[in-house]
Amino acid sequence: MLKQVLAACTALTLIATLIAPGASAQTLNIAVVTTLTGPQAPLGEQIRDGFQLALDQHGGKLGGMTVDLTIVDDELKPDVAVTKIRGLMESKRQDFVIGPVFSVVKAAIFKPVTGGGAYLISPNAGLSTFAGKACSPDLFVTSYQNDQPHSISGQFATDKGYKRAFIIAPNYQAGRDALNGFKSRFKGEVVNEDYVPLNQMDMQSEIAKIADAKPDVVYVFLPGGLGISFVKQYRQAGLTTIPVLSTFTVDESTLPAQGDAAIGFYTGTNWAPNSDNAANKAFEPAFEKRFGYVPATYAAQAFDTANLIDSAVRVAGNDHAKLRAALEKADFASVRGSFRFGSNHYPIQDFYLAKVAKRADGKLQTEIVSKVLSNDVDPYAAECKMP
Amino acid sequence: MILLIVQALNGFQLGMLLFLIASGLTLVFGVMKFVNLAHGVQYMLGAYLGVTFATHAGGFWPGLVLACITTGLVGLGLEWLIYRHLYNRGDLEQVLATFGVIITLNEATRLIWGSSPLQLAMPEALSSTFQLMPGLRYPIYRVALGLTGIAVAVLLAVVVNTTRIGMLIRAGATSQEMVSALGVDIGRLFRIVFGIGAMLAGFAGVLAAPLVSVEPGMGESLLILAFVVIVIGGLGSIRGAFVAAIIVGLVDTLGRAMITTLAHTLLSGPSAARLGPALASMLIYLVMACVLAVRPAGLFAGRA
Repeated sequence: MLKQVLAACTALTLIATLIAPGASAQTLNIAVVTTLTGPQAPLGEQIRDGFQLALDQHGGKLGGMTVDLTIVDDELKPDVAVTKIRGLMESKRQDFVIGPVFSVVKAAIFKPVTGGGAYLISPNAGLSTFAGKACSPDLFVTSYQNDQPHSISGQFATDKGYKRAFIIAPNYQAGRDALNGFKSRFKGEVVNEDYVPLNQMDMQSEIAKIADAKPDVVYVFLPGGLGISFVKQYRQAGLTTIPVLSTFTVDESTLPAQGDAAIGFYTGTNWAPNSDNAANKAFEPAFEKRFGYVPATYAAQAFDTANLIDSAVRVAGNDHAKLRAALEKADFASVRGSFRFGSNHYPIQDFYLAKVAKRADGKLQTEIVSKVLSNDVDPYAAECKMP
Repeated sequence: MILLIVQALNGFQLGMLLFLIASGLTLVFGVMKFVNLAHGVQYMLGAYLGVTFATHAGGFWPGLVLACITTGLVGLGLEWLIYRHLYNRGDLEQVLATFGVIITLNEATRLIWGSSPLQLAMPEALSSTFQLMPGLRYPIYRVALGLTGIAVAVLLAVVVNTTRIGMLIRAGATSQEMVSALGVDIGRLFRIVFGIGAMLAGFAGVLAAPLVSVEPGMGESLLILAFVVIVIGGLGSIRGAFVAAIIVGLVDTLGRAMITTLAHTLLSGPSAARLGPALASMLIYLVMACVLAVRPAGLFAGRA
């Protein structure tokens, strides 16, 4: 009896020693934190799908290591995100946490993730907080610094010689940041700086003000439902002669609901479905075939994020310390073309103005019009001193 | 000056849309003393069903009719399944249960239609525009929306003031027990009122769909405004809801249109840019507070 028990124990220990180190050396634990419920869920789904596509293309592995992927829905609530992330990281050490969509969530999960020994890689939210003095060696951002997309339109308006601009954003911090971003590069006069409540549904009042002010150009940051109402009603009001520049107002996540009304609207971006490079020519059709919708920047940035990890792990395995230098190299083919990291781990990349157009198959997409900023470095990078 | 008139017209329209929603809410509350937070969900449901029926049943008009009927039926279904058990309970239980309905139906909508927003095209006959001021064309649809609001208000006034069912509604608002004691099937009256309320919300949803984004949770922001309307107008009063809806629509739109300019003339620089929008979004609540201070029961309380 004793013999049998001893034998069983030995066998178990043997199995345990065989499995345990093997598992930790071969598996890469990755959590994707994204918003999958509520009105903003389409953006979160794009991030999930973009990441998944890259993972599938590498056969469920990144850098040769099998990926154990966990999808976490942050519900766009910072407290929920923190609770879920803490729980996950206590039960299983994570190598990478990818996410989130929104800056409010990012600020909340930053400490729990980096404190738990994982790299936080943000495929969308690009808070200025972590770009300057408070930059972190454990944080990488693959999208942009939040100021940059807005400054594209400002620069474009200046380049075009527009004198008078009418600018609109929702009345909250990101809205004020957006308009400041535009103004930072716009040399003309801002005739009206209009802030609307986040939950406003009728934009007719703003449109009447635009018609009255007769500006040379309109700049709007109206995400989600606000932008959908604005675009529809702007067209209904027949304001065809005044060009509209925008950020996060017309993209592939809102275009299906805006329909033909959105054709001709401009948006500042780092990528569009027709971006002209080999990596994107493979990515865009593959994404549509797999998920049945046109990807927006969210999906493209998440796809890049997965390929970034692939390139780094291939060199450094899942050794946290070695990974940093490998990630900093950004040795992968970005769907945006040129891509490298600045000293603050935020990207240095080109920015474009894109225009909404109808494709031959009847679907709408944004298409690159011209390059506005080349190898743009965000305004906070100089303040960052990496330890 | 022209701009002021245009903005007033915009405000009036918003008011009419609010009235369509608030009238159902105030009817239900007035007659049944039932706090239905899920009224906004009926509005959302109307918009979604409108889009679906319009796509599959041949255009806006069949979509409008079918969506109204279906939201009415869904309202009746909810009444039978959940609400009728709550009539004799306290406000808190009613609020909790109807809040649960909001969450459930919002998520159900997301499961059925997906989380991406949808769109509904304006009906062909009303999609043309006319010149309202230099550079601004105005869709006839918006004018039609305003007129529809007035028509519904007149219709409701006639029904409530001259028909037998209207008499019962008025009586029910005054004393449920008495109506019941006189041999009227109060349960049936409640169902009728509830069905009409749900249908009005659905109707408003379809009408709003070509103008705004059809997305899960779209009813909640409007529901708050609808509550402000019925509080200002007096709970249970159709006439109050009509007047208050116009007040709220005008104050909200004109406030947002004018107050920033006003703040800029009084103050200078960034403080004006901050104060203006903040004040504008508070304005309707300030109006509500003022009305309640003078007439605690609302403008038309106790007169159905």
